[in-house]
Amino acid sequence: MNHADTMLAESLDGFAAAHADIVLLATDREFVRRKRNKPGKVALISGGGAGHEPLHAGFVGHGMLDAACPGQIFTSPTPNQMMNAAQSVDGGAGVLFIVKNYSGDMMNFQMAAEMLDQENAVVIVNDDVAVEDSTYTTGRRGVAGTLIVEKILGAAAERGDNLQQLKILGDAVNKATASMGVALTSCTVPAAGKPTFQISMNEMEVGVGIHGEPGRRRVALGSADSIAEELTSAVKKDLGLKADQEVILLVNGFGGTPMLELYLMVNATRKVLAKSGVTVARYLTGSYVTSLEMAGCSITATVASPEFLSLWDAPVHTAALRWGM
Amino acid sequence: MSLRLVIQNATQTLVDHLEELTALDQAIGDGDHGLNMKRGAQAIQAKLADMEGTSLNESLKTMGKTCVAMIGGSSGPVFGTLLMTLGKELPENPTHQDFALALRASIEALTKLGKAEVGQKTLIDVLDPVQKVLAQDSPNLIARVRQCAFDSSLATANMDAARGRSSFLGDRAKGHVDPGSRSMALIISSICDTLTKA
Repeated sequence: MNHADTMLAESLDGFAAAHADIVLLATDREFVRRKRNKPGKVALISGGGAGHEPLHAGFVGHGMLDAACPGQIFTSPTPNQMMNAAQSVDGGAGVLFIVKNYSGDMMNFQMAAEMLDQENAVVIVNDDVAVEDSTYTTGRRGVAGTLIVEKILGAAAERGDNLQQLKILGDAVNKATASMGVALTSCTVPAAGKPTFQISMNEMEVGVGIHGEPGRRRVALGSADSIAEELTSAVKKDLGLKADQEVILLVNGFGGTPMLELYLMVNATRKVLAKSGVTVARYLTGSYVTSLEMAGCSITATVASPEFLSLWDAPVHTAALRWGM
Repeated sequence: MSLRLVIQNATQTLVDHLEELTALDQAIGDGDHGLNMKRGAQAIQAKLADMEGTSLNESLKTMGKTCVAMIGGSSGPVFGTLLMTLGKELPENPTHQDFALALRASIEALTKLGKAEVGQKTLIDVLDPVQKVLAQDSPNLIARVRQCAFDSSLATANMDAARGRSSFLGDRAKGHVDPGSRSMALIISSICDTLTKA
């Protein structure tokens, strides 16, 4: 990098230049928006701390998000950014915020939603099964499943669903989605300059979050098959997956894992699912929801109804995800 | 004693403790707390000239809005709501009882915002005991508030995290001081110090 202080700004400028056919970067880099508004369509806005690229700005474009608000690295954006984004992409049909369930994101989006004049709703993503939901915790984190929620909602918004329908659909996709991850190395927040956590070469962190925040357990490094078994079992159990069900499977890299290893994990996960008679209807493999340069991966499954599959297959044209057009 | 000096010192102490706050947050969070507090503190310092000559209430509201607009993360809404509520609730020329009442209203606003209660390893575990000390008529009030803030912050180490990002750690958060509580204690200590020296 050049300087930690200007890293985000320089990266956003590069992103905007590289994808000028799809996105616009707002003044003061408050948000990235779709180049052309579609009148009458509900505007989908997400956002979160930087460091998870391509999430969220990489998913701005036809068939997915209308705007994404980047915060500082691993820090939620501010309500001001979200409100300005909402005003900029409002198509007259209301605004739907898609928020990962982290305290900071929740509070900032809540403040924005309260201050906003436009009709709005919030879909909260909390797909991480590593930490259990209880009345005593903030609840489960929102991680890689956010991509699936954003893709399916984006397609539904594009076909003309209204705000209330999208809110119901978003909650349903979130409920049908579960994720769990494992980290082999830490990540380093540039401005902090040192690794977020210490981990030796022969250890792994099971249940790690997407900020390199420690998970539940530190264990000896296992084989790919044993990791796939543990992650998939947790996801399967949470979703109550049964034989003959179909899933959308996302094997997501955390930023420091080569595709060679991710495809190996796809294969290992596919075998675990096949043992219990679960079919993978759609695959997505790659580093989409990252934690800077952390090595490791997460497994996300969404129970696939025919409607979810048709929305998943619908055309999308963004910096990081494009098919069907 | 000028309000400007109180604000200058209280924000500077956060900047000066960047490394300690970062280390605390790396232990049980994602390591951004120190940087967020520094960004907010410097944004407030940049507004000091604008705040010159305005009332305590107006200054508090300005600082609160600055936190919300500039920090992000959890700290922006939390410190922003705290300051804005104080700015709204405090009467002119407040007594320590007025501060206690306004702080109670702020704690309620924070509870509503973050769904956090006493004993869940957040900055409320500093604000709540400090509020109770402020509500009493006692000698050496400033010294007692300062000590209370310091002790309460340390006591968060023995709590289980139930709110905020450290809640995801379960038992592993035990033994670590909550970074937000530490920031709150630093701010309160600094205010007490400036008031004592004046």
